[in-house]
Amino acid sequence: MSVARFWRETLRRYNLGGSKCTECGKVYFPPRSVCPHCTTHRKTMGRLEPVQLSGEGEVFSYSVVHEAADGFEMQVPYVLALVRMKEGPILTAQLVDVDPKDVAIGMPVKAAFRKLKAEGAGGVIHYGYKFAPVLSPTEKVG
Amino acid sequence: MSGGLSAPTLGKHSGETVGIVSYGTYIPRFRITPDEIGRVWGADGVGMGKNLNIVRKSVPAPDEDTITISTEALRVAIARGGVDPKDFGAVYVGSESHPYAVKPTATVVAQAVGSTPDITAADFEFACKAGTAAIQTCIGLVASGMVRYGVAIGSDTSQGAPGDALEYSASAGGAAYIIGRENVIARIDGTASFTTDTPDFWRREGQRYPTHAGRFTGEPAYFRHVTECAKRIMHRMSTKPEDYQHVVFHQPNGKFPQRAGKLLGFSEEQMKYGLVTPWIGNTYSGAALIGLANVLDHARPSERVLVVGYGSGAGSDAFDITVTDAITQLDRSVGTPVEHSLQNGVNLTYAVYAKFRGKIRLPGED
Ligand SMILES: [Zn+2]
Repeated sequence: MSVARFWRETLRRYNLGGSKCTECGKVYFPPRSVCPHCTTHRKTMGRLEPVQLSGEGEVFSYSVVHEAADGFEMQVPYVLALVRMKEGPILTAQLVDVDPKDVAIGMPVKAAFRKLKAEGAGGVIHYGYKFAPVLSPTEKVG
Repeated sequence: MSGGLSAPTLGKHSGETVGIVSYGTYIPRFRITPDEIGRVWGADGVGMGKNLNIVRKSVPAPDEDTITISTEALRVAIARGGVDPKDFGAVYVGSESHPYAVKPTATVVAQAVGSTPDITAADFEFACKAGTAAIQTCIGLVASGMVRYGVAIGSDTSQGAPGDALEYSASAGGAAYIIGRENVIARIDGTASFTTDTPDFWRREGQRYPTHAGRFTGEPAYFRHVTECAKRIMHRMSTKPEDYQHVVFHQPNGKFPQRAGKLLGFSEEQMKYGLVTPWIGNTYSGAALIGLANVLDHARPSERVLVVGYGSGAGSDAFDITVTDAITQLDRSVGTPVEHSLQNGVNLTYAVYAKFRGKIRLPGED
């Protein structure tokens, strides 16, 4: 991804910035400029306002990835999940700080700020949201 | 005290109430033990751990660095204090492991918490005391009325060279402090510094691992600066060790702060909450500030805390802090209490640790 394209998306990637329809109240992530739910009323055009998601949600579905995507070699096996946010939108993100065997549908999660990818050793580092379990797991160490 | 009056002082001189409005910490989930490190290098890891008083140290995940740790810590501080990040006037991040040599950590952190663009931001560097230096700067900005809130963060993901003594202690973690004048949960009544040019520890540009002057790092560096700084602030505040319920020292290992405390006349009871390195390792810029956070996690109104940081190169910053009634209103259940991170974690083998820390070369790497 180009530096410029990523930069344009930092608002939503850093802060989960979405949009909310002022007519029907539906929340969109990524943000939209038109509410498809109200399209019959055309008047909602431009009536969406920016909204910041709380970062709270639950696992809607997930899969365990064993064949790493480029740049994720250090993290296999890792979990990619569909997370349903408290405000409604469902988004795709990596789950961190959890063993794949402990992930369950309906598990409460919260947004975590992590490195998404680095463009080699000399390139820009991309940051953004991933998700982690809400309850800091009790993992007693000896 | 000769020459001391031109150094930074507060409280008694300005009459302003400035202090901590909220705080947050972040300590990664993974751990490794000295025993496991020693096993790989043919060294007595158990003995090394005993000498250093380190039971285990924290290890960052491959997708964590000083920027992510700082952001997570600040988000906890914001949520606990119910402060609007748009009211921050300054964000300073102190670290010796900023991910970029050129490009600030503080801009990413400020953007990630929604404080931009009407804010000043900068990265601080002073080995392990960059975070306390950032707190002093915020005190000045707040006391002068230049900003409503200033944010000071100390965080690191430091590395020791493989097999070096530092590898047994260098860990990862950070703490964020929101400094202001409103709803102060802990007043900062005084600060003092003690600074000299002392070459005990350094890393040149482009070098991956730091160099240290071995035994030299003890007496003329850590112990001299910490004890002199502590003496100066107690002289200025007209206090004695027994006036403080808690004391926090910079803690490059578990032994140095215990000895510094003993030299100054503090008891183990006073150091109980401020000493965290034995269970998470040396978080460098985060170390004294995470120790202070653990104190605040447990503190009751009117308790008094002495904090003395240390950074190689060398210098110490000290703070005289008094907890206020407002701490009972702070939602300390938000985020992970320091205590939880001292007891919990996931132990790694050295092999996985080496992979996480980029010590294994992958195809395409030089
Ligand atoms: Zn609508």
